[in-house]
Amino acid sequence: RTKLSPTNLLLTASVPQFTNSPTVIVMVGLPARGKTYISKKLARYLNWIGVNTAVFNLGQYRREAVQTYKNYEFFRPDNEEAMKIRRNCASNALTDIGAYFTKEQGQVAVFDATNTTRERRGLILSFAKEKGYKVFFVESVCDDPDIIEQNIMQVKLSSPDYENCDKEEALEDFLKRIECYKMTYVPLDEEKDRHLSYIKIFNVGSRYLVNRVQDHIQSRIVYYLMNIHVTPRSIYLSRHGESDLNLLGRIGGDSGLSTRGQMYASALAAFVQSQSIRDLKVWTSHMKRTIQTAEALGVPYEQWKALNEIDAGMCEEMTYEEIQGHHPEEFALRDQDKYRYRYPKGESYEDMVHRLEPVIMELERQENVLVICHQAVMRCLLAYFLDKSADELPYLRCPLHTVLKLTPVAYGCKVESIFLNVQAVNTHREKPPNVDINRKTEDALQTVPEHV
Amino acid sequence: MCVCVCVFEDCPFRFENCKKQHGVDDNKKSSVILVAVVLCPQSCPLRRDREQVGVAAVLRTRICTSRPETTSVLRRDAAMRGSKRCRRDRPVCMTNCPTLIVMVGLPARGKTYISKKLTRYLNWIGVPTKEFNVGQYRRECLKIYKNFEFFRPDNEEGLKIRRQCALSALNDVRQYLCMEGGQVAVFDATNTTRERRDTITRFAEQNGFKVFFVESVCEDPDVIAENIVQVKLGSPDYIDCNTEEAVADFMKRIKCYENSYQPLDEGLDRELSYIKIMDVGRRYLVNRVLDHIQSRIVYYLMNIHITPRSIYLCRHGESDLNVRGRIGGDSGLTSRGKEYAKSLGHFIQEQNIKDLKVWTSQMKRTIQTAEALAVPYEQWKALNEIDAGVCEEMMYEEIQEHFPLEFALRDQDKYRYRYPKGESYEDLVQRLEPVIMELERQENVLVICHQAVMRCLLAYFLDKSAEELPYLKCPLHTVLKLTPVAYGCKVESIFLNVEAVNTHRDKPENVDISRPTEEALLTVPAHQ
Repeated sequence: RTKLSPTNLLLTASVPQFTNSPTVIVMVGLPARGKTYISKKLARYLNWIGVNTAVFNLGQYRREAVQTYKNYEFFRPDNEEAMKIRRNCASNALTDIGAYFTKEQGQVAVFDATNTTRERRGLILSFAKEKGYKVFFVESVCDDPDIIEQNIMQVKLSSPDYENCDKEEALEDFLKRIECYKMTYVPLDEEKDRHLSYIKIFNVGSRYLVNRVQDHIQSRIVYYLMNIHVTPRSIYLSRHGESDLNLLGRIGGDSGLSTRGQMYASALAAFVQSQSIRDLKVWTSHMKRTIQTAEALGVPYEQWKALNEIDAGMCEEMTYEEIQGHHPEEFALRDQDKYRYRYPKGESYEDMVHRLEPVIMELERQENVLVICHQAVMRCLLAYFLDKSADELPYLRCPLHTVLKLTPVAYGCKVESIFLNVQAVNTHREKPPNVDINRKTEDALQTVPEHV
Repeated sequence: MCVCVCVFEDCPFRFENCKKQHGVDDNKKSSVILVAVVLCPQSCPLRRDREQVGVAAVLRTRICTSRPETTSVLRRDAAMRGSKRCRRDRPVCMTNCPTLIVMVGLPARGKTYISKKLTRYLNWIGVPTKEFNVGQYRRECLKIYKNFEFFRPDNEEGLKIRRQCALSALNDVRQYLCMEGGQVAVFDATNTTRERRDTITRFAEQNGFKVFFVESVCEDPDVIAENIVQVKLGSPDYIDCNTEEAVADFMKRIKCYENSYQPLDEGLDRELSYIKIMDVGRRYLVNRVLDHIQSRIVYYLMNIHITPRSIYLCRHGESDLNVRGRIGGDSGLTSRGKEYAKSLGHFIQEQNIKDLKVWTSQMKRTIQTAEALAVPYEQWKALNEIDAGVCEEMMYEEIQEHFPLEFALRDQDKYRYRYPKGESYEDLVQRLEPVIMELERQENVLVICHQAVMRCLLAYFLDKSAEELPYLKCPLHTVLKLTPVAYGCKVESIFLNVEAVNTHRDKPENVDISRPTEEALLTVPAHQ
């Protein structure tokens, strides 16, 4: 199935191994410091690059244990009953983390909780040491009252805890909750905790303190955390305008725009103007069709080789009918595992994620960007922003002549789909019901979209 | 709309039809190109590059097409001339400005080691970088070094000379960044006082340079002693001293700096952009990273280490296509190639290497070679051989026959030349960057790869220029053992005594596009 030589499937990895032992990332910080935001974003990134990661949010465990949240008194440090419940929840979460590593092939677990006392962190460290897991702490420290209030408005007020409260009440209660934690908060200490591996993030990234990075995955995590920001911005994803090969139902190649494709390019220019976007950066691939599309915008743009369409190797410039005619087995294998399948002398979606990683990293650093790319490339980028799995990724709908506007909001991404009103051929081929290598031709070609 | 007849493959306005219409034939190419350049629409992003050169040079620029990702991202900033980017709470900075990296730290804290390594890395990924070591300037000014007294803080004469040297070095920095096309300058000196750093910051502001400080803080006496032994004793300053005298003098020299040392302060220096490296990388403090290049520098600095180790580079065993003089492809090993794989296995055993990691590409010939070692190995797609596009699996004779123009263009600029539908060495460097980053993180590694790939990796470790890189000798069946030492890398070349065909083609004398066939094929190695 994969393109490895048969003798070494057990001995080798076809993707470089980032880590051997599982890693527990432990978030640390007072409430409303962005811990859950970082946890979810980090997990999304790690899963996208192929490292199985899951987030374990202690607040969820607590909500399950204590069905109704009354008020901040639950979090008072002298509330014995509550302390017991919270300690139980922590143990349960750790047990679940153990199960995730051993039974679900998890590689990284993010323990999303305040973990503000040395005692709690000690508990996690012993647990990890016993099982042979690595531990990496991510502490978020922030004393800017504006940022904290922003956080509370964005994500706390809509929490299940405050379903039946009005904004004022909720805000007041939450601030008292934070006070409860402040009393016992012991931040990671440069001296006392010098043997631990951690990154301390100050004021949403203006400063970082990094201690004892142990391995590749921790180094990647640090690099990622140092590149993300929370400045409001939008990312616009679009494909090139309809191309000549698109019309003929042929994949790949390096053709120019059709007449309708050129119309789209003009429409895109008008759209971008109308949006009045501040300091927009425009990126394209090295292929003619994206460059021609960008040309119509009349603004400087940057070409990235990494944004080139998936290389279909031996199947370049063929129609699906021709692929079925010449390589029926390959065609079936692709339908069986479209994410990992590599065209002979070409690439797989998995390869593409690899080569798009620097693009994603730079997208994280940037603010407003318009990326003019290709179908498979756009699916990979979209999967990163919308947290789609490897199974869903190759079937995401990215039609021609449609701009997707992604705006980060709360813990995720808002998507607006804007069709620019220029007709184009459909290039989306669904997974057919029959993926057997011995299937009939009609079954194989059942979902091929129409073309000239 | 467009009547461009550009023969440039990457010109977005190129149309095959136009070529046929105008009856272009190969002999008339030069005049057609000139016409094409004039006809290219104003908005063609490549037009400006082409217009500014003459006909002969136009053919050269053709092969300098799109820039590799990393540099294009950095040069993108250069392209946005005049645009300002304002962020809340961050200083306004021009996105097209060069960067001045300022080292900070007491003597023997690894500043020069970091400067040289960083410079080597940035140049390799295509960012023109140069280091300016103030100690060199001092040695030129003050021909003979007597002793540590020169560095005493109350030595007026000494202070005057040292200040002069610093200013002289800054002048050269300005020259390099403003007039010689430099992108990054590394100012390697102690820069231990706030006053000195303010001088530099003002200088940078006046010239529109961004400043990024790299401070190395270390109190471990063993590390400091090791540094002194490795690099100070061999310094020109101590040429006529014995080891004891030199060490004693150097320790007193450090003392001279200690009293006036003002480390970067979290409070007072919170508006500056810097990384503080503590205890040789155990801990880092990173403040206000402003842009992509600073982010990359920080990432790099956080991945390097000084634990002793060796990197073994070698190619796959001789392959079937090698023997037939064909490039690229995905063939298996010949019997000699298999013998080499076995010898490699024995060699590795004998070397008794601690925790050796083995990496291969995803091509048969490297995998088959690794198989013989009977140890776990990792396959990296990034280590695959350079993609020769339309020339894959051809012999040089065939390339000369079918694509004589391409063959000549390649000889003219082998580093930047990209095979049609394939890659260039420049592309290779860009895809090998994650491999280099991981090699920096690792300790003992054996990399089984390919000729062009090995050249790129070797060029990184041995600081070879883009001109030298494509002609580095990487013969089959030979292991190169690289061991970092002092400021560079020791290389041992070990031939494993299994004969193999030679695949090295030197640059021929005649690289003209109209050269006769014999001259083109003059340097092709013998094959079946």
